[in-house]
Amino acid sequence: MSGTVAVVDLGKCYRRYGAAWHRLCEWISGGHISWHEAFWALRDVTFSVTSGEAVGVIGLNGAGKSTLLKILTGTTQPSEGRVHITGRVAALLELGLGFHPDFTGRQNAMMAGQLMGLTVSKIGTLMPEIEEFAEIGPYIDQPIRTYSTGMAVRLAFAVATADRPDILIVDEALSVGDAYFQHKCIRRIKSFQAAGTTILFVSHDPTAVKTLCGRALLLEAGRLVQDGPPDLVLDYYNALIAKREASREILQAEAEEGRVTTRSGTFEARVADVDLQDGEGHRARAFCVGDRAHVRARVSFATSVVAPTIGILIRDRVGNDVFGTNTFHVAPIEETFAPDDEIALDFDLQLNLGVGTYTLTIAVHTDASHLANNYDWWDKVIGFQVVPGPEPAFIGSTWLPVRLHVERLGKMVGSGPREVGG
Amino acid sequence: MPDGASIAPARAASGPPSRFEGRLRALWAYRGFVVGMVSRDFRARYLGSVLGATWAVVNPLAQILVYTLVFSQVMRARLPNSEDPLAYSLYLCAGMLTWGYFVEVLLRCQAVFLDQANMLKKVSFPRVALPVYAFLSASVNFSIIWGLFLGFLLVTGRWPGWPLVAIVPLLLVQQVFALGLGLILGVTNVFFRDVAQAIGVALQFWFWLTPIVYPLSAVPERARELIAWNPLYPLIASYQRVVVEHAWPLWNQLWLVGALAIAVVVLAEVVFRHLSGAMVDEL
Repeated sequence: MSGTVAVVDLGKCYRRYGAAWHRLCEWISGGHISWHEAFWALRDVTFSVTSGEAVGVIGLNGAGKSTLLKILTGTTQPSEGRVHITGRVAALLELGLGFHPDFTGRQNAMMAGQLMGLTVSKIGTLMPEIEEFAEIGPYIDQPIRTYSTGMAVRLAFAVATADRPDILIVDEALSVGDAYFQHKCIRRIKSFQAAGTTILFVSHDPTAVKTLCGRALLLEAGRLVQDGPPDLVLDYYNALIAKREASREILQAEAEEGRVTTRSGTFEARVADVDLQDGEGHRARAFCVGDRAHVRARVSFATSVVAPTIGILIRDRVGNDVFGTNTFHVAPIEETFAPDDEIALDFDLQLNLGVGTYTLTIAVHTDASHLANNYDWWDKVIGFQVVPGPEPAFIGSTWLPVRLHVERLGKMVGSGPREVGG
Repeated sequence: MPDGASIAPARAASGPPSRFEGRLRALWAYRGFVVGMVSRDFRARYLGSVLGATWAVVNPLAQILVYTLVFSQVMRARLPNSEDPLAYSLYLCAGMLTWGYFVEVLLRCQAVFLDQANMLKKVSFPRVALPVYAFLSASVNFSIIWGLFLGFLLVTGRWPGWPLVAIVPLLLVQQVFALGLGLILGVTNVFFRDVAQAIGVALQFWFWLTPIVYPLSAVPERARELIAWNPLYPLIASYQRVVVEHAWPLWNQLWLVGALAIAVVVLAEVVFRHLSGAMVDEL
């Protein structure tokens, strides 16, 4: 039988309860009271894997990889959507699971095989092969507690892969063991692949994904954000990591040193609070080229102020203005505000900036520029970084989305027009 | 996609079928696993120790000895209408061993999903295999002790004869009841860990509200009314009748507990069907 996987609109929702009795109340009310926080570990995931394909699943911790695997292996059920799998599934999720230290390697191998649904006689016929692959010699009849970690893992891998499945799910299993063993495992997985086994490979290791897989899926915050050749997906993934790492560093520095900024003005109106957030509304200090960003600010008034203007300005590392705008130009505020009034603003921007370090300045004034009534000028209030995204490499401080059309003129040789999108 | 007509989570080779019959078939496919777990349990329990299986006997024996000494020697309790000096001990054994079997199945089923949480989270296999394994493992222990007890009856010349056959259907009813109750408690315990605590307290009361250590005649009339509501009472009383009086059970008292056992098992099936899927998410 051939192993195929089809996943349509898959979603998994976990319920979080503040206290144990919240669930009790829900149960007693027969579902009329809802007292939980729904957390979607996976949502709207659609993909299919054909027989014999090797697909890498990558993503940061908490992106939903494990949840996806649990659904595919059948240990947990999806909250919505459909999964259709043909063929026998074997999962290398946790090697040596259920091994009992007081029993011999042979007894444990038997047990692990039974847990996989193999019959005793089937395991019996596979046993010589298991012993051979595990390379533990006479230790096979010694209790597992006398094994080194490597021996136990080798035995576990040998059992788990003793019978070639139609679909093999590998989850970080290869990160244990020494280099020799890892190579041996990869060889076995490759031989399975050659024999027609469909492989789903979950890893943080880009090289392993590139070696084994012809296609990669990238999960981010429970959604499938990329599905394509491993090279492209991994580039995107690296940008994601770089972004998150840079963001963390800048925020940490902010927390440690405070914002070193200059501030001037009459403060009749002042910026009470300002933050830079990503497209999902999380605080962020690093973005990929072309990412959405939100500048969210609150402005409070100390005296009566008529038609204030709130402006933002992005400057590069050396202080050149890169982009600035204000409410006067975008959407004028015409009301009059009394003392203790407050307004909240959200500048929704697409950061088509070049790679580099930038600062954000925010100001409150009247009319088109801060030359009239400078209430509050908060210079370089936030620093942030732009890292390369999935776009082709470019230089300069601005990203201009580019499409390229190349056509060979003159003699026709083979291929026709090519088009490359950016 | 070949035979791709199915809707909703469907799995060709692994995963839990939703219907009862499908579950039984899946369980049958995993019989090797269940038997393996039971034998591993048995060996882990007895093989590592010098005295081995002896320990399985020493524990209940010690308990019976203590109760015999305290009640029949120190407190001079005698069974009414009996001159046999061993009668009280036999009475005690008949109730205590079977009660112990009931409790072991109940407690193990109640704990089995939490105990095997790691396996449930990582491997797809019919979940019903776990309570079945717990049930069988407890049954092995009981068989050893009960076998020794029968040997004792034979050696001391107190073999009950044919009425002993009645023990089989009685135990069946009792253990179906225990399995059903244990399954309900085991599943709910995953969602509310209070269940395990509550069952410990409840069993204390249940034990002393069952005439195991004392004869029914020793308690006041009002307490007897309470005991009449105890579903285990007619079962335990029947074991005692068989073992001490060599008489057949009073069958007409057993209909109620039989019906209750069936009701509990049906309820357990419903609870299991509805909650076993969500269970993994709480482990």
